[in-house]
Amino acid sequence: MSSTETPKAALPAMTHTVGMPTHHKIIFVGLFAVLLILPFMVYPVFAMKLMCFALFACAFNLLLGFGGLLSFGHAAYFGMASYVCAHAAKVWGLTPELAILLGTLTAAVLGLAIGSLAIRRQGIYFAMVTLAFAQMVYFFALQAKFTGGEDGIQSVPRQDLFGLIPMRDDTSFYFVVLAITFGGILFIYRITHSPFGQVLKSIRENEPRAVSLGYHVNRYKLMVFVLSATFAGLAGATKSQVFHLASLTDVHWTMSGEVVLMTLLGGMGTVLGPIVGAVIVVTMQNYLAYLGAWVTVIQGCIFVIGVLLFREGIIGVLQKLIKKSL
Amino acid sequence: MFELLGVPPQVLMGQLLIGLINGSFYAVLSLGLAVIFGLLNIINFAHGAQYMMGAFVAWMLLNYTGIGYWPALILAPIVVGAIGIALERTMISRLYKLDHLYGLLLTFGLALIIQGLFRNYYGVSGLPYAIPPALQGGQNLGFMFLPNYRGWVIVASVIVCFSTWFMIERTRLGAYLRAATENPELVGAFGINVPRMITLTYGFGVGLAAFAGVLAAPIYSVNPNMGADLIIVVFAVVVIGGMGSIMGAILTGFGLGVIEGLTRVFYPEGSAVVIFVIMAIVLMIKPEGLFGNNA
Repeated sequence: MSSTETPKAALPAMTHTVGMPTHHKIIFVGLFAVLLILPFMVYPVFAMKLMCFALFACAFNLLLGFGGLLSFGHAAYFGMASYVCAHAAKVWGLTPELAILLGTLTAAVLGLAIGSLAIRRQGIYFAMVTLAFAQMVYFFALQAKFTGGEDGIQSVPRQDLFGLIPMRDDTSFYFVVLAITFGGILFIYRITHSPFGQVLKSIRENEPRAVSLGYHVNRYKLMVFVLSATFAGLAGATKSQVFHLASLTDVHWTMSGEVVLMTLLGGMGTVLGPIVGAVIVVTMQNYLAYLGAWVTVIQGCIFVIGVLLFREGIIGVLQKLIKKSL
Repeated sequence: MFELLGVPPQVLMGQLLIGLINGSFYAVLSLGLAVIFGLLNIINFAHGAQYMMGAFVAWMLLNYTGIGYWPALILAPIVVGAIGIALERTMISRLYKLDHLYGLLLTFGLALIIQGLFRNYYGVSGLPYAIPPALQGGQNLGFMFLPNYRGWVIVASVIVCFSTWFMIERTRLGAYLRAATENPELVGAFGINVPRMITLTYGFGVGLAAFAGVLAAPIYSVNPNMGADLIIVVFAVVVIGGMGSIMGAILTGFGLGVIEGLTRVFYPEGSAVVIFVIMAIVLMIKPEGLFGNNA
């Protein structure tokens, strides 16, 4: 029962090639093509919700799948960014791009503050510390004036993009969300396939060896933590513009649990896993909402089955079958 | 009547009492987490759900079978502990060779299932559970009024905490347990059935949570969500104390409860977050926890 063993050790080694492997290029182009026509096939708000959660899960996966750090408090960055973005848009009348930027920056600063404390502990303590700090953020959101307590920030306006392009129509805003989330996911992909990402992987696989090779392990951990929090914030801020709403749901620990579930279900440490996981979990919540608390039970069952029977997740199983990293 | 920093002594004592009561629950729950972690090396995320189950089993015993508080105080921990043992045998035991994080994820899933099921059948409004007749009323201590039941909660928690401490630190069984925490293979080689000891330890830790749940039932209403938020605070307590020492878990639990109570007197807005702030400070000064010895 050594604590250095990581959950991802069983994954096939990702081949390190210069540039994007061909099958990844095909996947991303195909995904983009599907996303271009998606708002004409499904309700655009639902499509935007899917994309925001896909980005959120990818941001979380950056930390867990590539950094090997299990944060149980990612709702803090997601939710806080959503509050700040909503406040900026509603009270200060900022345009969407500035409001989202401000929300994202808030998440980055929060991530820096919490991350620098949390990386002092490892493994399950790290998970507990991040969860506890996220709960602190939740209480702050519950009590602070600007968050509106139980009501949240409602009917948040969506100003014209750059002050020029009208965004009242959901379909036009869809393409902004597409640019943000797809860009975010590509950026995360780039991070994980950079030299920085390789160092992260080496820390995940064997931290003492990375130290002995002269890497400042804690600096790398903090950097990936802040990056992950930032992208989680980007997703949360965008979501508050999509729904015209920021509420306590986004900052509650159940949200932290959901993003863990998405990543576990799709496949930790894979490129596509979090996206697939997010789509499944969000769709399930959407169509099974009438079941009420049974959704929680189903989510719990997926957790239990996932941990006991298929820890690689859907994409993890798939990439074993086709022997290619996905 | 004297006043302390502008606060009347009744208010101060009243909040101190609430603090001690919360501290009792922190202590019993973090003790259970520490005992389980010591031998199983997993963080039992379902601990809050099992605490809630303890309260519910007491409520069910009373409402479906007419069994009252005192038998429930023994029966509920046994029932919930037995369920815990079943979970350990069928699921948790499969994860011991894997990374500790999987234990956390599995028990988180179990907690979701348990809470979801209870929410389905009992709603979220909370069910009342009366204080047992023998403990109704209270004592006038001159400087404050002490409800009997609240006094009993503190006494019972202290007794349970110190019995557990005594059992682990001062008896032969506890010596086996501590030895198995250090080196399970070696203890197994001496002919002690370590897997069974692990199972019973999990059952015992879960039983402690259920015991706290029964104690809590007459104070807070019996509610499917009662454990969910509490367990996060208990995690912070565990991070502050470190899980290396049984006595450390007990003292940290009571101490933080009192600090929280005092905060409610002098700075009410901060009472919900004071434990997390202390956690941040401890992480800065002594990251391994006040009584911790492992990173």
